[in-house]
This record gives sequence, structure tokens and C-alpha cells, in this order.
Amino acid sequence: MSETVTQDERRTDERPSDAAGDGTAGAHPAIAVRPGFQDAASSANTEKVFELRGISVFYADVPAVRDISMDVFKNHVTALIGPSGCGKSTLIRCLNRMNDLIPTARVEGELLYHGQDLYGPRVDPIQVRKLIGMVFQKPNPFPKSIYDNIAFGPKVLGMDGDMDEIVERALRSAALWDEVKDRLNENAYGMSGGQQQRLCIARCIAVQPDVILMDEPCSALDPISTGKIEDLMAELKREFSIVIVTHNMQQAARVSDRTAFLMVELDADEKHRWGRIVEYDQTEKIFTNPSDSRTEDYVTGKVG
Amino acid sequence: MASGLEPKTARAEMAMAGARGVTSEMMSKQPRKDVIRNTIFGSILLLTIAVALAGLGLLIGKNLVDGASRLNLDLITHNNSSNPEEAGLRNGLIGTLWIMFFVVVMLVPLGVGAAIFLEEYGNRSSRLIRLIEVNIQNLAAVPSIIYGLLGLAFIARAPLDLGYVVITASMTLTLLVLPVVILASREAIRAVPASIREGSMALGATKWQTIRRQVLPASVPGIVTGVILALSRAIGETAPLIPLGAATFLTFTPGPFTEFTAMPITVFTWVKQPQPEFQTLAAAGVLFMIAVLVVMNSFAIWLRNRYEQSW
Amino acid sequence: MEARGFVASGPAALSRRLEAASPRYGEKAIFALLAGCAVLSVVTTTAIVISLVVPSIQFFGEVSITDFLFGTDWGPTFTPASFGVLPIVVGTLSVTLWAMVFAIPIGLGSAIYLSEYASRRVRRAVKPILEILAGIPTIAFGYFALIFITPQLQKIWPGHFLGGPPLLFSVLGGGLAIGLMIVPIIASISEDAMSAVPRGLREGAYALGATKAKVATRVVFPAALSGIVASVILGVSRAIGETMVVLIAVGSTPNLTLSPVESVQAMTAFIGTTATGDIPNGSTTYKTIFAVALLLFGMTMVMNLLSVRLVRKYRQAYE
Repeated sequence: MSETVTQDERRTDERPSDAAGDGTAGAHPAIAVRPGFQDAASSANTEKVFELRGISVFYADVPAVRDISMDVFKNHVTALIGPSGCGKSTLIRCLNRMNDLIPTARVEGELLYHGQDLYGPRVDPIQVRKLIGMVFQKPNPFPKSIYDNIAFGPKVLGMDGDMDEIVERALRSAALWDEVKDRLNENAYGMSGGQQQRLCIARCIAVQPDVILMDEPCSALDPISTGKIEDLMAELKREFSIVIVTHNMQQAARVSDRTAFLMVELDADEKHRWGRIVEYDQTEKIFTNPSDSRTEDYVTGKVG
Repeated sequence: MASGLEPKTARAEMAMAGARGVTSEMMSKQPRKDVIRNTIFGSILLLTIAVALAGLGLLIGKNLVDGASRLNLDLITHNNSSNPEEAGLRNGLIGTLWIMFFVVVMLVPLGVGAAIFLEEYGNRSSRLIRLIEVNIQNLAAVPSIIYGLLGLAFIARAPLDLGYVVITASMTLTLLVLPVVILASREAIRAVPASIREGSMALGATKWQTIRRQVLPASVPGIVTGVILALSRAIGETAPLIPLGAATFLTFTPGPFTEFTAMPITVFTWVKQPQPEFQTLAAAGVLFMIAVLVVMNSFAIWLRNRYEQSW
Repeated sequence: MEARGFVASGPAALSRRLEAASPRYGEKAIFALLAGCAVLSVVTTTAIVISLVVPSIQFFGEVSITDFLFGTDWGPTFTPASFGVLPIVVGTLSVTLWAMVFAIPIGLGSAIYLSEYASRRVRRAVKPILEILAGIPTIAFGYFALIFITPQLQKIWPGHFLGGPPLLFSVLGGGLAIGLMIVPIIASISEDAMSAVPRGLREGAYALGATKAKVATRVVFPAALSGIVASVILGVSRAIGETMVVLIAVGSTPNLTLSPVESVQAMTAFIGTTATGDIPNGSTTYKTIFAVALLLFGMTMVMNLLSVRLVRKYRQAYE
């Protein structure tokens, strides 16, 4: 789990100081919201990439998330946080229809992608995934060379262009080029975990998607690799819109523009549990002045 | 050592040592008759393994002794003949090669195709899948001569009416060893982790693109091993070829649509002859067949061990 | 951060169309093709059943089932022809019996030794040898029976025990050869069943001071029993269906006897001798062959289904 949780998050005994500088005492001192990172959030760019209205997901009629409504904005990094089991991964997998691969999964509600119904009758999940890419929790490079890993996507999707160029561009965008440019033909399994994950990001970028989904991309990595990927996200969001699931609150505070906090809800006889959005707002607000007490409890480390 | 209980006198020390000894003896010693029984039992078991190994050794050894004089190049350069001095495996070998060529051509797509369907496209609990799996299991256990009768009834004669030719034998043998390939291919395909498939699908690849470009290439070592094992089984089979009219000996070299003979059939004809010269030939022929099969099986296993992907 | 130069300007991102670009008939065609390959197994079974049943029905139109199953005179190619199948069924079962008398102790013993006693080095040396044994063609076993087993038996046979030394073609020689052939089947499936027994069961017994023999016989063997029985049943089925050994070493004349030293004809040997490829369709001989084959098929099928069910039982027990 949280190898990347640093010591800072645990200092709940410290008196909350006025880190936000606006007189609110609710701020957690150690979760420093990166200044200047909130450009996107406060900018006028409010083009919506996703609009979720009452999204619920069921696995064989057992609910996993219920009634999720939120908007995801273009060129933002949107984080989904919350305790484990609250359905963050389930939710993010709706966005690129990866839940289709599970036979018992069922999605209800409305999910619009740039205004189009993502689950419409004539929508092709393959097409969806060309536009909305995904990076997984555990790096999953293909058992091929580094070059072939990147080239696979463009090749099967029939993209034109010089493959060498495409590969180089993708690797540069993932900040991996300098490290691997001399060994493109080596097997990807020889790379370290952090490099493999950046390879997966490069692979995702190579097919030129619109959105990149990241499902806990750093939870299997060491802190240095995590840092590199977080830096990468800041660059990537200029071209792509990013949705990231993370159980590392500090990470969410560092990289995201907006954050959604989900919690587990139990039904009356405690047999079923599902996730629900508690609060969704600009990251700075979530971490310094949340509206809901449950959010405050979570981000200050009192629960979860 | 226990603290605070240091023996203070020599007598106390001796007493402690004695107590320790008796306790450990009681705890670890098994009743004497059980020990005897265990030793006898173990020896009997060892004997059974020895018998099995001896059986194999005697089989190979006896053929070696009997057939040594004919274990030379002539064995495979001469055609079969009623004169034992001149007889050899050549046209039988060529017949087997032709038969196996067509077996491979049919076996690989059919076997791998079935395995792909069962692993990738099937819904685990579907009744069709269960039915197919049960059928494959049953077919693996049907006596081989019945496959020969199947070939006789439907392939050599109507409806396919191909006659008693190499293709008929190939089709019959393909059906016989298909379960071997399906099983090996399924295992190889199943071993590819789901994360690879997910990664491919998440890029926007279709199911078949994922299978063809990720899953299959990663499964090749296991599949090839299965095909080689299946082939080696098919090469050694005599019974299914009998109802298909495998000629006892031909004077010409067989081709795909001619009458055919095969290596095991040739050896079988030698086995049936009472003359001692043919007995020598038979022993040599049996040894040759065993050698071919052992080499093929070992190669298949080596291949799998060498190229197996460790996930 | 290095220069990127990577704008999301690919065709997909610009058009953002969600419908499929092409109907992808190729995918559907491939699905159908693969399904066809898989369904072939069902087709094969059906074909086998049809090929056996149709001539058999015609056969039983001419010969009554009771005459067939319980008659003791087998001479379908003679005139006048007799269709009592008992001699060749008994022949098959007789050979099978002696095969199991050899295979069960040797196979089981090897399995227990490999599973409970053998060190890793011994196991690594012995298992490949058993695999080699499993890969030897059946014609080799048949020939071995003829040129070695039976002559050796004749040499050491004590006088007129059981009716005298075995004939050149006899049940015992072939039976022992088939037994040797089956040893790997019994050994590997039984060993599989025994290693599926959880270590905890053994360790509890060892901790109480039990010897290996006790653990093997009192703990492991009963726990793995269904798998072991499955392996035996599979071995029996294999022995019943074996053709080349009986064809070469056991005899070609039907002979209703339980004596292991006499020459008999097994069902598979009858088929192998008679079905030599140019029998006309619809002739009595043709129909007889398929009737016997149907009986053979039925016997082996029943054993296989039983064995599969038992294997599933032992696999389930510990999963």
C-alpha cells in the first residue's frame, strides 16, 4: 500500500497553523498545496471533458458506487481520493469503458464525453479507448522491446507517420528518452519499476489520446520515481486531461487542480457497501477549507 | 539455556543431563516395531521403482542386443522388402513424414484455434464451453483403434471418400492427438497475465489484435511444446493406421495422394515374421522408433524450459 | 523538463468520434472460425458415435443382443457364423487383470515413494525416466512381450503351475507388458493426488512421532484415495483399449478361458485383425467389427467418465 506516504502526513498532533494564509485554521500544515499549481483550476477554461450524472456501477447487482455526479474539465488534473473500497478504481474504469471487460458489470446513469453519451447504443468501446487512455497501478509493459512497446499502439491503430519519430516523441514526453535512447531494442522487463511506469505512460501517449486516466500509478513505486511522475503530470496536463485515482492525499494535493473525495456507505443491515462522492471542489479548498466535516476528518488524518 | 537453573553441584549437573536425555529420547524415539515396519515399507517402495526402471531398461536392452547388427544407415536408406537382408525403413519413414506434414498443417490451426476460443472468447460458465471441454476430455481417452475405424467409416469412405491415402491417415491422426495440443495451448495462453491483455485493450486494440499480437506470441513456447509432443505421439501410433489400409510394403516412394505406409506399420510387418533375420530387423526398427520419440519429447521439454516466460 | 513538442493533435483527438470507424467484420469472422475449431471436438465425438452406432443397429437387426453378449462361441467370419462375444471380452478382461496385477503395486509404490520418501534429487532423476516410459510406442511393448517376457516366463515357470508354462502367445506376457506401459499413468496421477494433500495433515502426524510408512499409509493414502482410484480406472480403460500388444503377443484365436497361460483374442485384436481396410460396407464382417467397437467404446467411456468425476472430487477437496 502506502510506501509513498511520507512522514509528514502522520504529524496530526501538530497544531494546525495558518498555512493557507487566509486565516482559516482548518488547514493541515503538512499537506502543502503547491502554489501556482492552481492555474488551471482558477482559469477561465471550463470546457468539460466528462459530465457524470447519477452514475452507479453494479457488479452482479451488487453496488460498487452510487449516484456519482461531477464534471471533469479539460487540461485539468482531477484527483479521486478516499479510503480503500470506496470504488475509486471502479469509477475511473467507467470513463474508458474498461468495466465492459467484466461480464457482470453494469453501469447506470449518464456519462457524457464532450457532450456525447459515452454509453450510447452506437458507441464503440474500442474507439473510446483510443481517446481515453489508462495507466495501471502495477506497471504492465508488454514482453517486448522498449521500442515495440511504444510502437504497438500506433501500429494496431493504423496511425500514419514515421514510427521512429512517434516512438521518440512519446518517450521524450514521458521524460524517458535520455535514459533509454541507446537501448530501445532491449526487453522492457529489464527496466526498473519507475522506468516501466513511465514507459506505460509513453505507450499511452503514443496513440495521442485526449484523456489519460491513472489508477494509483505510483503506489507500486519508490518516492523518487513517484516524484518524477508527478513532475511529468504537470507537463502532461498541457496537452491532455488527466484523472488520477490516489490513496495518497499528499499526492492529490501536490498534483491536482480539483479533487473528489469519496467515502464508503453501508446499507441498513451492513451487508452491502458502496462508494459515494462526499465533496468535489478545487483542490485547495478541499485541503484547506472543506465544506463537509467528513472531508475535513479525512484530509486531516482523523479517519481513513 | 534456562536461566536461574544453573546446576550448583556435579550431582545436580548429572541429574539434569540425565533428565534432558530421557525426555528427548521419549519425545523423538519411535516405537521399535514401527521403525522396522518403516524400513521394510520403504525398501518395498524402492523395489517397485526399481522394477519399473528395470522394465524400461530390459526393454531397451533386449532390443539393443537383438538388433545391434542392423543398427546402421541401411536401416533408413533401404525400402521395405520381402528379403530381410535388404529391407529397411525408408519408404515407411517417408510415408510417416508425409503424414506428419499434413498433421501439422491441420493440427496447429485447429488445436490453437480451439484453445484460443476456449480461453479468450468463452464465457467460463457457458454450457457450450462445458460441453466442448467434456468432449475433449472424452476424446483423449478413446482407444486409438476406434479413431482408425472413424477414419475408415467417414474419411476413407463416404462422405469424404478420400480413399486410403496419406491425407486420410493425417486427418485421422490429427483428430487423435488434437486434445494434446488443445490442452498444452490452453495452459500456455492461460499463463499470460491479465494485465498484459488489459494494457493492450486500454490502448484501443481490439480483442483479436490483443490475442494475435500479445497473447499468442507470448504463448508460443508452450504451444510448440504441445505440438511436438502431439506429433511424437502420432508418429508412434500403429493401431489407427490398420483399418486405413496401410500397405504392408510398397515398392514405390509414397506421396500425398498415393497409397501409403508408415514407419510403425513397417516395423509391425517385421514383428509378425517368424524368421530370425526379420526379428533382428524388428528389434532395430523398434529401437529406432523409440530413439526418435525420446529425442522429440526431450527436445520439446528442453524447448519449453528454455523459452518459457516467467511472469 | 525536456522539450515535448507533442500536441494532442492525432486524428482521434481532433474528431473525437465515438462510433466505430468500420463495422469490423474481420473480428466477427475470426470469432466464428475459432468457435468452429472448438466445436470440432463435439463433431468428432458425434461422428465416432454415429460411425459405431449405425452399423451396430444393422448388426443387431440380424443378431440378437443376448446371443451377442452372452454367447460363448465367437466365429463371425466362419460359415456357419457365430456371434457370441464373450470369448473376446473375457480375453480383454483377462489381459487387463494381469496388467493391473502388475501396474497397481508398481505404479502406486512408485507414486508413494516419489511423493513421501524421495529427495528432490531422486525425484528429478526418476520422473524423467517415467516420462520416457510413457512415451514408448505400444508396438515396442508388444514386441517386448513376445521376445522377452513370455520366453523368460517360460524359462522360470514352475512345472505345471496354473496349467503349464505360458504359450508363445499368451495372456500373461501381454498382460505384464501392458502393465509396464500403464505404470506411468498410475504413478503420475496418484502422485498428483498425493501431493495435493495439504502438508499440514502430514506434519501433524509426524509431530506425534509417526514414521513415514505410517503417514503414507494412514494419512496420505486415504486422503488421496479418490485420485488414486481415478488413476487405476484410467489405467484399466487404457488397458482395455490397447491394440498392438494384444495383436502381437496374446493371440488371434478366440478362446474362452480364464487361464493366463493360454492364447486368447482380445476385442481390439479382433478389430485389428479383421478390419484390414477392404471390407465391403454393409457386409456382415463390417457390421460385426463395428458392433464390437461399440462395445469397446462403451466400456472405455464408462470408465473414463467415472475417472473424471473422481479426479474432480479430489481436486475440489483441497482447493
